[in-house]
Amino acid sequence: METAYNYKEVMSRPERLSPGHRMCAGCGGTVAVRAVLRALHPEDKAVVGNATGCLEVSTFMYPFTAYQDSYIHNAFENAGATLSGVETAYRVLRKKGKIGEDYKFITFGGDGGTYDIGFQSLSGAMERGHDMVYVCYDNGAYMNTGTQRSSATPQFADTTTTPAGTVSKGKVQVRKDLTAIMAEHHIPYAAQTTFTQNFKDLHTKAERAIYTKGAAFLNVMSPCPRGWGYEPSELMNICKLAVESCYWPLYEVIDGKWILSYEPKNKLPVEDFLRPQKRFKHLFTPGCEELIAQFQAEVDRRWEELKNRCGA
Amino acid sequence: MAIRERLSGNEAVAYAIRQTAPDVMPAFPITPSTEIPQYVANYIANGKVDTEFIHVESEHSAMSAAIGASAAGARVVTATSSCGMALMWEELYVAASDRLPVVLALVNRALSGPININADHSDSMGARDTGWIQIYAESNQEVYDNFLQAYPIAEHEAVHLPVMICQDGFITSHGVENILLVEDEKVKEFVGEYAPAHYLLNEKEPMALGPYAVSNYYMETKRGQREAMINARRVILEVAEKFERMTGRKYGFFEEYRMEDAEYAIVLIGSAAGTCKAAVDRIREKTGKKVGLLKIRVFRPFPEKELAEALKDKKAVAVLDRSEMFSATGGPLGAEVRSALFGVKSQAEVVNYFYGLGGRDITVEDFEEVYGKLEKLARTHVAEDMYAYIGLRER
Repeated sequence: METAYNYKEVMSRPERLSPGHRMCAGCGGTVAVRAVLRALHPEDKAVVGNATGCLEVSTFMYPFTAYQDSYIHNAFENAGATLSGVETAYRVLRKKGKIGEDYKFITFGGDGGTYDIGFQSLSGAMERGHDMVYVCYDNGAYMNTGTQRSSATPQFADTTTTPAGTVSKGKVQVRKDLTAIMAEHHIPYAAQTTFTQNFKDLHTKAERAIYTKGAAFLNVMSPCPRGWGYEPSELMNICKLAVESCYWPLYEVIDGKWILSYEPKNKLPVEDFLRPQKRFKHLFTPGCEELIAQFQAEVDRRWEELKNRCGA
Repeated sequence: MAIRERLSGNEAVAYAIRQTAPDVMPAFPITPSTEIPQYVANYIANGKVDTEFIHVESEHSAMSAAIGASAAGARVVTATSSCGMALMWEELYVAASDRLPVVLALVNRALSGPININADHSDSMGARDTGWIQIYAESNQEVYDNFLQAYPIAEHEAVHLPVMICQDGFITSHGVENILLVEDEKVKEFVGEYAPAHYLLNEKEPMALGPYAVSNYYMETKRGQREAMINARRVILEVAEKFERMTGRKYGFFEEYRMEDAEYAIVLIGSAAGTCKAAVDRIREKTGKKVGLLKIRVFRPFPEKELAEALKDKKAVAVLDRSEMFSATGGPLGAEVRSALFGVKSQAEVVNYFYGLGGRDITVEDFEEVYGKLEKLARTHVAEDMYAYIGLRER
C-alpha cells in the first residue's frame, strides 16, 4: 500500500481542508491538518473528527465548513470516544451491506483536548483498538482560550496562567511525554513528527497511521505564532530548531518496535530553539543561565532514553 | 399471540433492545442499570442480536460514542443511572441539539451525595432541560412497552430527538413481574429500519456536524429543537395508537386512575403509582370518597394543556415529587403542574410534597394520609404543610 514519497505528486493533491477558514497566518495546526489529510489516498473517503479548539471554531463556523470530507465535532474532551462511535457504526453498517465504500477515520485534537481533558477518552479509544487515527496537533498550551498552560507546555514557558514575573519563571513542571504513553498502550502504530524540509517525515507517518489496521496515534508538534511569540514566516525554522536540538525528536513505534526517524549530525543546544520565542524571553536575562541548563539537561535525558529505546 | 413471561425491568428492557436490534450500544456499568448491558452482551455473545457493543471507559464516553455512531447513520442505544447520567450531562445537550435519535434506557437512581443506589428521579429531573423526550413507567410491562415505542418516536422525521426511557431503580429494574412480550417479527415491523436523510457515512453526500454557531445562528437551532418537541406531542400519541393496535395496550401522556368523578387527586411519576392505586381503591371502598390518581408517563414534552384539563375541576390536588430541586420551595413536577393549572385559572387547591428520595419507601397508609390532607385543604383552603417531605424521620 505504501508508495515512495513523491513531493510534487503529494503537494498537488486536492486540498481536503479548503482555504477560506479562519485559522491564523503562521499557524502550525492548519499545516498539520492539511499534511495529514494529504496522506489519504485520493480515492478513499474519510470521516474527520475534531475536539473543540482553535481548529474547530475556525474551520466549521456555521453555515460554512472547510472540510471536503464528512466531519464531526462533539465537545472538547471526547474526540476519541466520538470517533470510536463513528468507526463502530461504519463496521456494523458495512457488515450489513448498507455502505459499500472504504472509509478512514481521523480525528484531530489540540494538546489541551488530547494530553489533558480528553486523555481518558483517547486512552479508551486506543485501548479498544478502533481502526482510527488520533492526531494531536501539539502547540503546547490552551491556545483557543488564550495561551493557558497545559501538561504539554514546556517547563519555564510564559503562559497566561504561568506568567513569568518577579518571583515566577514560568511553568514549573516539565512536559508530559504523551507519545511514549500512547506507545505504551501497545497500539500498532504511534509516532511523533513535525514539519521538516519537504514534509516527507510527516507524510510518511500520517500515511502509515491511516493505513495501519487498528488504533494509531500521531503527535505533530504544531507551533502557534501567538502563543510562542514568533513571526509567522518563522514557522519552518522553529520546527527545524526543535528537531535539531532534540527538543522534539522524530520517531515512530511500529508494533512495539521503537524506531528513531532522524538523528541530528550536530545536536544544537536547546537555547537555539528557545531564544527566538517570546515565551522564553525571561530565560535570557542575567541570572537565568541555570534554568536553561536545567532545560538542556531534561532534553538530554529524554533524548538518551529515546535512543536507548530505539537501540540507536 | 403475546408471549407470557416473568421478567425484571432490566431484563424486559434488554429483551426490547434485542428485538429493536440497535446497530451500536456503547455502555458503562452503574447500579442499578448494569444488568441491561450485561444481558445485551449475553445476547451478542450467543448470536441473538448483531449489535456492536462499545466497552467505553466512562458514561461521558458512552454518550459521546452514541453521538458519533448515531451521526454516522446507526441506530444507537445506551443505558445508565444517576451519576452516570450526570457525567453525560454535557453530551445530553449535544445529542439533542445535533438532533440524533439516540435512545437511553435510564434506571432512575438518586444522585450523590451522600452516595445512594436507590430510586428517585433526581437524575432524569436534572436532565429535564437537555432537550430529550422523557417517558416514565410504573411497571415492567410499561417500561418494555415504552422502549418498543422509543425508536418510532425518536426517528420520526418530524421529531428527530433523543428519547429517555425511564424506570425506577430496583423497584421495577430488579423486581420480577409477569409480563406480556410482543413477538420478534411484530416488533421488527413496528420499529422499522432506521434510514436517516443525512448522516456522516452517506457515500453520496458528505455531512458536517457540530458547528460553532455564533449569536446570529444559535437561537434558530433552539427554535428548531422546540418545534421538534412540539411535534413530538402528536407523534407520541400516533405511535401509542399504533402500539395499541398491535398489543391492545393503551398509552397516552398520562394515565388517569379513577379520575372521572374524583374530587381529590394525586399527581406523580413512576412506580409509586401502584401503591397509590391501592390507596385509591381502599379509600373508595371503605369511605366512598372520590379520590383518584394521575400518573405522568410523558414529562418531556410536558402535556400542559391535557394535564390542566384533567385536573382543573378537582377540589384539591397533591403533586408528589421524587426529586428535590432546592428552589427552597417545591419540586420540578410541582412547579410545572401548578403552572399548568394557573394557565387555565383553575380554582383547585394544590400542594406539592416530596417522597421516596434515595429509595425511601412510601406506603398505602402514606397515600391515605395525603388524600385526608387534600380533603381538609379543600374545606379550609389553608395549606398547612406545603412542600412537606412524606416519611421523613423525626430523629
